[in-house]
Amino acid sequence: MTLTLENITKTVGGETHIDDVSMTLEPGSFNVLLGRTLAGKTTLMRIMAGLEPPTKGRILVDNADVTGMAVQKRNVAMVYQQFINYPSMTVFDNIASPLKLQRVDKAEIEKRVRSTAELMHIEHLLDRLPQELSGGQQQRTAMARAMVKDCKLLLLDEPLVNLDYKLREELREEIPNLLAERDTIVVYATTEPMEALLLGGKCAVMHEGRMTQFGPTTQVYHNPASVETGLIFSDPPINLVEAEVRDGAIFMKSGHQVPLSGHLANLGNGQYTLGIRANHLSVDPTGDDTVAMQGQVELAEITGSETFVHVHFNDVSWVIQEEGVHNPRLGEATQFYVDPTRLFAFDANGALVAAPPVEITNGKAA
Amino acid sequence: MNKITNNKAWFLVLPVFFIVAISAIIPLMTVVNYSVQDIFDPQTRFFVGTEWFEQVLGDSRLHDALIRQIIYTLSVLFIEIPLGIAVALTLPRKGWGVSASMVLLALPLLIPWNVVGTIWQIFGRADIGLGGYLINLMGIDYNYAQNPMDAWLTVLVMDVWHWTSLIVLLCYAGLRSIPDAYYQAAKIDGASRWAVFRFIQLPKMQSVLVIGVLLRFMDSFMIYTEPFVLTGGGPGNATTFLSQFLTRMAVGQFDLGPAAAFSLVYFLIILLVCWVFYTVVMNAGKQGEQ
Repeated sequence: MTLTLENITKTVGGETHIDDVSMTLEPGSFNVLLGRTLAGKTTLMRIMAGLEPPTKGRILVDNADVTGMAVQKRNVAMVYQQFINYPSMTVFDNIASPLKLQRVDKAEIEKRVRSTAELMHIEHLLDRLPQELSGGQQQRTAMARAMVKDCKLLLLDEPLVNLDYKLREELREEIPNLLAERDTIVVYATTEPMEALLLGGKCAVMHEGRMTQFGPTTQVYHNPASVETGLIFSDPPINLVEAEVRDGAIFMKSGHQVPLSGHLANLGNGQYTLGIRANHLSVDPTGDDTVAMQGQVELAEITGSETFVHVHFNDVSWVIQEEGVHNPRLGEATQFYVDPTRLFAFDANGALVAAPPVEITNGKAA
Repeated sequence: MNKITNNKAWFLVLPVFFIVAISAIIPLMTVVNYSVQDIFDPQTRFFVGTEWFEQVLGDSRLHDALIRQIIYTLSVLFIEIPLGIAVALTLPRKGWGVSASMVLLALPLLIPWNVVGTIWQIFGRADIGLGGYLINLMGIDYNYAQNPMDAWLTVLVMDVWHWTSLIVLLCYAGLRSIPDAYYQAAKIDGASRWAVFRFIQLPKMQSVLVIGVLLRFMDSFMIYTEPFVLTGGGPGNATTFLSQFLTRMAVGQFDLGPAAAFSLVYFLIILLVCWVFYTVVMNAGKQGEQ
């Protein structure tokens, strides 16, 4: 089926939770809803599911209006951030519960529960109760319950957030494969840009109830249509600086100068906001064209393989992502380099006017 | 590796040790002491072995009181637990109604036991009490001071009025701790209201219900003040429960030996029932898990 949202708005007590969202989800597509906490992802999913009616707008399934239709009749399934299973039922009964309610016959239930459990690698746990399972196994059970009934719309609301790192990676890799063969529309909400990129598919970026961009995930990443999208779809958020184009060059508010060349060559005179991702800043000059900048180290976060160095200069705070473990002294002045070929340029209204060309290295887009 | 010993830690245990000794162990030992001796005065005492126990256990009045007590306690549990759950399910989940109903529900719990007895003593009277007056107005001949059945029912209703709130509050707390996502998941599955109760709400309330049942069992099994004030154990022996019986024996007749023996039996019954109940419930949970 095709799910279409038409000008969906949701207000609760005078507060706008969803602001005029329109989108079309293709059959069998994998869609990521990316946005910070409280961006409206969960509300939008609840509206898609039919758990909540929109205040304004229509929901169409294959061009038929289903806006007021009860959730039970919509054939949707949802997996939550918390591990939601029936506490007194075994894993088998949990997975079987939606089928039992649909009055599927016993042999068929048995077959489908076992095959779904195998898919989720929990076939050896079918006799256990949820509370005896690890978090990962509980969430696998919840996902099996959602997948067993062949729903048309599968909503995954930050399903991996409460799992530890290892399990999260494991499931994150499996999820797109598990769902690839189906014609189910999958909607996956997350706050993490990296998760969105790993999951692929299409990506809708949400910000304060509005959908700022919707398109193929990598394309959205490489061409964030607005400053907001860039901030949300970057981890750490994209570094920004105000700049002015005049006399054939770009003058950053911080006093630095970048030549008008490459993908930036066509910028007309005026005010701009420049953006650059943390991984495109470095402490070593990477090429001849790099622009050297000076800043004060405010903070260094070491993640193991990378170090995020927060620098401050002329009222601007940036984050530099460096390979390896570094331990710069706080308050110390440091030199770092901007690669102008990786700069995004946004106009005065925050809309993207120039994005760096996508370069392919080792088969992966940088 | 050598174990590190820290003898100072014993000082930290001392206060608890003293409090438990004075409040529990020493009185209990005194009771044990009484229960095996016949005491005339501090100098004249005879060891009588299990004689008091035999006498008490063979006493038919005690058997009657025990049966009365068991029926009463079971009635209390069978009324208050389902009623408490039902009320908890109907309480509002948000808005001003929450605090309003909390205050209303907490009121009976805040009233001292003897005052509860007095309130119902007046409330149930046919001449000046609203309850008694209305019941008689409906054509039912109701008089708790003379009719044993009326008296028994009045004590039961009084207990329900007094203590159902406790179950309601416990269940309500249990219900509030269920994340909204459970209800949504059930809604998406198309589960019925009954299925939501049976498979989500009841299992999630299990632990608070165990506490509720234990508290209500112990309290109702030891009930003393309210019937003492309301009916004084009468008419006849209709509302003489175990604790009334015991008090009469110990304070009224000053039969300290049999009273002490009976106290111990009483104590062991409560301990045993609680232990059995707790073990059964916990094992039932575990068996389901395997």
